Amino acid sequence: MSEQKLTATPGQTVGPFYGYALPFPKDNELVHPGAKGAIRVQGTVRDGAGDVIPDALLEIWQADEDGSIPQQTGSLVRDGYTFTGWGRAAVDNVGNYTFTTVNPGPTGEGSAPFISVVIFARGLLNKLHTRMYLPDDAGALAKDPLLSSLPEDRRRTLIAAREADGGLRWDIKLQGEDETVFLAYPGA
Amino acid sequence: METENGLFPQDQPVEGPDSAQSSQDEITAEIQDVHAAYRKGLDDGDAEETQPRLDFRPYRSSILRHPTKDPHHTDPETIELWSPAFGHQDVHALESDLTIQHNGEPLGERIVVAGRILDGDGRPVRNQLVEIWQANSAGRYIHKRDQHPAPIDPNFTGVGRCITDDDGNYRFTTIKPGPYPWKNHYNAWRPAHIHFSLFGTDFTQRMITQMYFPGDPLFSLDPIYQSITDQKARDRLVATYDHNLTQHEWSTGYNWDIVLTGSNRTWMEDEDAE
Repeated sequence: MSEQKLTATPGQTVGPFYGYALPFPKDNELVHPGAKGAIRVQGTVRDGAGDVIPDALLEIWQADEDGSIPQQTGSLVRDGYTFTGWGRAAVDNVGNYTFTTVNPGPTGEGSAPFISVVIFARGLLNKLHTRMYLPDDAGALAKDPLLSSLPEDRRRTLIAAREADGGLRWDIKLQGEDETVFLAYPGA
Repeated sequence: METENGLFPQDQPVEGPDSAQSSQDEITAEIQDVHAAYRKGLDDGDAEETQPRLDFRPYRSSILRHPTKDPHHTDPETIELWSPAFGHQDVHALESDLTIQHNGEPLGERIVVAGRILDGDGRPVRNQLVEIWQANSAGRYIHKRDQHPAPIDPNFTGVGRCITDDDGNYRFTTIKPGPYPWKNHYNAWRPAHIHFSLFGTDFTQRMITQMYFPGDPLFSLDPIYQSITDQKARDRLVATYDHNLTQHEWSTGYNWDIVLTGSNRTWMEDEDAE
């Protein structure tokens, strides 16, 4: 590896006009809704006034049910059988997003399963990274290095709620009270 | 909502963050104030900025959409150290030519845009997805929310995709987009640009940005471009005219290389081989 680091190109807002470019058929269906183990993951994206954001775009990236990291191609063609671990969803007119996927398994012994999430929106000048943790394994959540480093009122913004039908609900707040914790990584 | 938050004076009617109330002179003055404060900070030893500010008031839509808390620094784990994989199964080779998607030829200046995608360590980003979208030569997007009364070109959708080659190269054939008006402030115009969506080897490198054309007279007026406070960083979004990419009696050519943030993965020797 070279010691000479290159400076990253700046990001810019996704803007409002990605409608014909980024969405694609079944972009938010990582698995078929009728597939064994399929769950719905949904939530609402809101701004600093508490109003819904109708033009945000989310992507999720996750392990499969066994905790393995997928490296199969084919996300854009969605053959209905291959689990690629990645999905994209433009929110609807009232700021709701929906994915159909499976619960990711823990990627290591005793680790807390989470889904990696990136958010783009008009008015948002660069991407935002965050994590959506599954709420089920309290012991693993308590030991998670990232969650442990956050105060309780911030920590809970990263943990989804399990719904009666087995799905997950996780809302995103870009600003203000209950602002979601967004992440910065080394080298960024 | 703005008055409740104290963002605007009570006596000034404001419809919303997008309302075209401010003049270009006011917006430009706000931009210049932020930049002057940044340069003063540099003189005082502050770090150089390389990415846009998220909190950049001249871009009115950012007022309620930027996080107010600092990002939480964390080491990427497991899934974040990998990226989704894309291949030629996902993208047809013809999708990189935006001028052949309809029955006729689109109007405007045919161009090639080509370059290389590298990570922060200079490694080429191989076999990875690149998506682009843009306005047509008249400055009009195919989108229900674009009401700009410029003509739609029935032969141009303005959407392309490709997969980078083994050296991280991408290449698109398209039409040079026009500038277009928007509602940030009175008489606001965006410099001509092409939107780029990029993946790296780690999901932490995921990026969406905009490529601009050299010498655009709208640069200094545009709050989205100027949300990057550092001139060197702004320059990284501007393509270079490249006569070697220009083709005889066919198209002009622009080069634009893209650098993603560093990979945090532990690279195996064979993966890292040049």
